[in-house]
Amino acid sequence: MPASGTHNVQLMVDHLFRHESGKMVAVLSRAFGFSNIETAEDIVQDTLLKALETWKYDAIPANPQAWLYRVAKNKAIDVIRRQQLKYKIDTDLTALLQSEYSLVPAINELFKESEINDSLLRMMFACCHPAIGHEAQISLILKTLCGLSAREIANAFLSQEDTITKRLYRTKEKIRKEHISLEYPGTAHMASRIHAILTTLYLLFNEGYHSSHPEKLIREDLCEEAMRLLLLLCNNPRTGLPEAQALMALMCYQVSRFNSRLDDKGYIVLLQDQDRSQWNKYLIEKGNEFMARASAGHQIHKYHIEAGIAWAHANAANYQDTDWQLILHLYDSLLSSHYNPIVALNRSVVLGEVAGYQAAIDELSQLTSLHSSSYYHTTLGEMHLKAGHKEQALLCFQSALLLTTSQPERELIQRKINMCL
Amino acid sequence: MEKFMFLFRGGTTKNLSAEENQSHMQKWYMWMQELKKNGVYVSGEPLHMEGTTVAGTNKVVTDGPFTEVKELVGGYMVVTAADMKQAVELSKGCPTFELDGSVEVRQVRNMNM
Repeated sequence: MPASGTHNVQLMVDHLFRHESGKMVAVLSRAFGFSNIETAEDIVQDTLLKALETWKYDAIPANPQAWLYRVAKNKAIDVIRRQQLKYKIDTDLTALLQSEYSLVPAINELFKESEINDSLLRMMFACCHPAIGHEAQISLILKTLCGLSAREIANAFLSQEDTITKRLYRTKEKIRKEHISLEYPGTAHMASRIHAILTTLYLLFNEGYHSSHPEKLIREDLCEEAMRLLLLLCNNPRTGLPEAQALMALMCYQVSRFNSRLDDKGYIVLLQDQDRSQWNKYLIEKGNEFMARASAGHQIHKYHIEAGIAWAHANAANYQDTDWQLILHLYDSLLSSHYNPIVALNRSVVLGEVAGYQAAIDELSQLTSLHSSSYYHTTLGEMHLKAGHKEQALLCFQSALLLTTSQPERELIQRKINMCL
Repeated sequence: MEKFMFLFRGGTTKNLSAEENQSHMQKWYMWMQELKKNGVYVSGEPLHMEGTTVAGTNKVVTDGPFTEVKELVGGYMVVTAADMKQAVELSKGCPTFELDGSVEVRQVRNMNM
């Protein structure tokens, strides 16, 4: 077989199948009802399989999305016509779907772009129903909206495929038992449900941003998914609360640094050492736009403050010229309403820049609850190293080395240890 | 150069995730582009899984073939190669083997004397 000289031509947009899968599951669940979500998933799975079986013979249609939708629609209509499902559907669309005159137009209507976005939002709202636990919410969103398989989800969260499968099964049981539907919550509950979605997307983003995966520090696709879903929320006037815009700004700023966080060997590059010309200016601009949107209204939410901190870093020409005083002020704000030892840990780094490294060291000695966190020891170690206390720094980094499970982090800590010797 | 037909069987599974599905398709595409670039690809098409069989002197029409999915021919391809050995080598580039599929390689009869 001759060596492949073919340049890598991409057949379809990245993640097309995954994203279309999410859309189709959302739309069909809207049609069949949330409790019949598995029927929706089966149809979508069959549709993608049929696509593979046909298209692989060099027969990709000019409009892949339209092909997928047509096949899924036909399968759905077929399934609805079969008696069993018809009478199990209990949604506001039931009457339309049970009548032969309106069945096909109703299904066609659901597959229009504006309706698809609506279905996606409804799915997000339903997945974050208070009866569903946080871990289950993330798993459900990744499975239904992001088109990941149980195995892929397990891989993302260092879990077992079995665990995820069982969790999804139990969640679907709960959805049926509690009659959780794809209706938007009433106006009284909208804000709290949106906050639940924001929390879940924040957690998902965080996992992608600084992954607990032993080898892959950054999982960009998870961040991308969180941002894609958050964008839907932000662009809908009903759901685009200022705190959602602030969270979006935060995500834009964090992702803007992806290219500079690891060097070409995959080693971690700390903020102070990053080449800021590698920062994605387009994303920083976007972040600034969302910050502007977030300033509407009168209430400051913690995402505003976190975004503010990220804004200060993103718009600083270099580490030394960063407005540390402002960032310290923002951290104080954050801590006064939401005390959290990890946030206090982060603040100590800023304190080091503003009031000197000894001040940071003194501050850190107060944080006794974090002794089992590798980050506590690396932070303290870095402060000691900057203050010239090599022996104390070495002890800290050695403690950190014992506590981390991440290979890239281990490599970094080893480098720091070498600087202490 | 002789013509050879590839008959594809199996190589499908319900267990693929959406992402795996798309990347598998990408591999088929790359394989075919390679064959075309080397000037050996002649034709190829997918087949519907359902069909009808007409058989015997009475031309009895039956639904089917109803065989196991992995025995059913899902599609075909025609390529050119110097001999069977080379045709077999060409077939080995097919991504279907990753999913346990099979390729039957048959030489097309050359009617020139």
